[in-house]
Amino acid sequence: MATKAEKDSVSGQFTTGHEWDGIKELNTPLPRWWVWIFFITIAWAVVYCILYPSWPGINGYWAGTKGYHSRTEVAQELEQAKAAKAVYLSKLKDASLDDIVKDKDLLNFALAGGRSVFNENCAACHGFGGVGAYGFPNLADDVWLWGGSLDDVRTTISFGIRNSNPNSRQSEMPAYGGGDVLNDAQLNDLAEYVLSLSKSSKDAVAAARGQAIFANNGCTTCHGEAGEGNQAVGAPALSAGVWLYKEKDQKAAIISQVKAPKQGVMPSWADRGLDDATIKELTVYVHSLGGGK
Amino acid sequence: MTQATAAFGSNQPTPYFDDVIKKFVLAATFWGIVGFLVGDFIAWQLAFPALNLDLEWFSFGRVRPVHTSAVIFAFGGNILFGTSLYIVQRTCRAPLWGGAALGNFIFWGWQTIIVVAALGYVTGITQGKEYSEPEWYADLMITVVWVAYLLAFVGTLYKRKEPHIYVANWFFLAMIITIAMLHIGNNLAVPTVFFGGTWWKSYEIYSGVQDAMTQWWYGHNAVGFFLTAGFLGIMYYFVPKRAERPVYSYRLSIVHFWALIFLYIWAGPHHLHYTALPDWAQTLGMTFSVMLWMPSWGGMINGLMTLSGAWDKLRTDPVMRFLVTSVAFYGMSTFEGPMMSIKAVNSLSHYTDWGIGHVHSGSLGWVAFVSFGALYYLVPVLWQRKRLYSMRLVNLHFLIATVGIVLYITAMWISGIMQGLMWRAYDSLGFLQYSFVETVAAMHPYYVIRATGGILFLAGALIMAYNFYRTIKGDIRTEASYEAPVAAAARG
Repeated sequence: MATKAEKDSVSGQFTTGHEWDGIKELNTPLPRWWVWIFFITIAWAVVYCILYPSWPGINGYWAGTKGYHSRTEVAQELEQAKAAKAVYLSKLKDASLDDIVKDKDLLNFALAGGRSVFNENCAACHGFGGVGAYGFPNLADDVWLWGGSLDDVRTTISFGIRNSNPNSRQSEMPAYGGGDVLNDAQLNDLAEYVLSLSKSSKDAVAAARGQAIFANNGCTTCHGEAGEGNQAVGAPALSAGVWLYKEKDQKAAIISQVKAPKQGVMPSWADRGLDDATIKELTVYVHSLGGGK
Repeated sequence: MTQATAAFGSNQPTPYFDDVIKKFVLAATFWGIVGFLVGDFIAWQLAFPALNLDLEWFSFGRVRPVHTSAVIFAFGGNILFGTSLYIVQRTCRAPLWGGAALGNFIFWGWQTIIVVAALGYVTGITQGKEYSEPEWYADLMITVVWVAYLLAFVGTLYKRKEPHIYVANWFFLAMIITIAMLHIGNNLAVPTVFFGGTWWKSYEIYSGVQDAMTQWWYGHNAVGFFLTAGFLGIMYYFVPKRAERPVYSYRLSIVHFWALIFLYIWAGPHHLHYTALPDWAQTLGMTFSVMLWMPSWGGMINGLMTLSGAWDKLRTDPVMRFLVTSVAFYGMSTFEGPMMSIKAVNSLSHYTDWGIGHVHSGSLGWVAFVSFGALYYLVPVLWQRKRLYSMRLVNLHFLIATVGIVLYITAMWISGIMQGLMWRAYDSLGFLQYSFVETVAAMHPYYVIRATGGILFLAGALIMAYNFYRTIKGDIRTEASYEAPVAAAARG
């Protein structure tokens, strides 16, 4: 409702003479500092719009006096980054893996690049530093499924394992489950024998029975007479005591892997778009993690 | 005694339609708790991803819009409907246009929309546009209810017995009109059924960067008009009412109102810095955002300075603490916003948790706190109780929620800035120093702190709900009064 403008005793300001549901308003002037900062931000905006691309028109826009263009800026930054690496990268392209390992500076560069690429692309499965995880091999020990030489590592990284790339490493552990191949008692004995290869079996009698099963069912074809494995077909060394599927009850894990084997897959990183130089960096880095042959 | 205090304990029926306001108040309390609960659940999911339970309905991508829609549109929406329709009746001295029938249509229509939209999200039906996820059929329902709201509000304004329109109503009306424009503009979509698809999926008529620009024109102004202009309207009524002081400056309210609504609408492109959006549009988004700083602060000045002569109420009235703290958070986040819109800052802050922290200092500190203040004011008035069941519980809510917000936003500042710095770190040979996974691992402790802050905020809201329950039941807790005896005697 309309009331008379009255003086507020606290602030000394007059009210506007309006009132709504008991609420009145003072006619306090705008705070000076507020007005000034507002003007300054407007002035700054005007200057910025003169310097940089701003107002649109019918056929284009005001390009600004500084000639700024964000896509040009990105292109320049990328060029600079490339140029900074160019010397080493061109060396890396021509160098063989053995050359890289021998040249201390080039090796340093390759290791730094390899670490960066590894953490971005490989660590999600193999862990930082290549420590591995359940189902994903440890790359920092000296037990290798497909070989730990520089060339072996490069092949694995480039083409991967059990994928659709024609050069992919391929092998398949057959399934011995279902009862018609091996029954539960035989599976138990076999697992005891496999454990005994790394001296972790607690049942020597069962392990002895298992040895015959191991010999008579084709296990030795890939895993070798003494379970030493075969890197040509990615058959794990059962005697190493290193388990890809490591569990608390390792015997049960072995039985499960014999009955219905998990067939681990690794992508081809050449197919995923890593270029030759990058794969060399990765190879040298993985080789350096502790287990390179 | 002023009119504000006279309202308490009066048993006279008002000439206003308050039953529907009561419903909005109860719905806001309910949806607020739902929204905070879901938000905290997904906060824990980010710290411990196994909490998605390996079920698609619980995956972060589906539950997150349930959280945002529940807090913005269900909690915030019911607050805005309830407070604006309460305020417009009283400041116009006119009963609600359309009466209880239109009020109930708006209320039940809105609750239906919330449920329809949320069911869509968890079953995978979404437009995939942030804060604008409901599919076309829910969008049409929103349009109908929103037009009904516009009619009720403008009708009441038109029938007013006051010669002038109070500033709170300017803000509400600006909010209603602009949200209508944004909602329609950003949801021009066609169901794919006409192209061999389904009724349940639609695509925007815009594509590429035009779609992105339209989306952030909408998204930024949903914040600007729904969560800022609308809630400034709430502030402009409840702060002077509770403080029993005149509004600090009528002139400031005019200037900052027009400056705010003129400048806000252009600031959206700052969400698309360093993208395919043309440079000139990025520049305009940034400069308008910086110019927006003072117009935003005009509301803070008017809110805080209205307290001059009544600062002692901070000591004696916990509800005032909510209102004043909300204005302080408003000031903080409306400084942070323009700063983050500057391209050099944005190149560090964009896509990081800093953005999440910024949004929550605004939404928890400003929007939710001013809402709590309004709800605590409204419940005893609407149910005609002498006072709230317990002022001590209001204060407990205030303390717990404040600690929760501080945990939340400091965790997100640290984690966001750390994340931004890690992303751009290079080693001496020119290789990226950190991988993405390492940045995620580094954020884990801050995610736990954030989720813990969320629990506190949720606990505060539960205390509030209990306080309302006892208040509405008619109970009054025996407790030490905040009013010091000397002050009370001096006033009497």
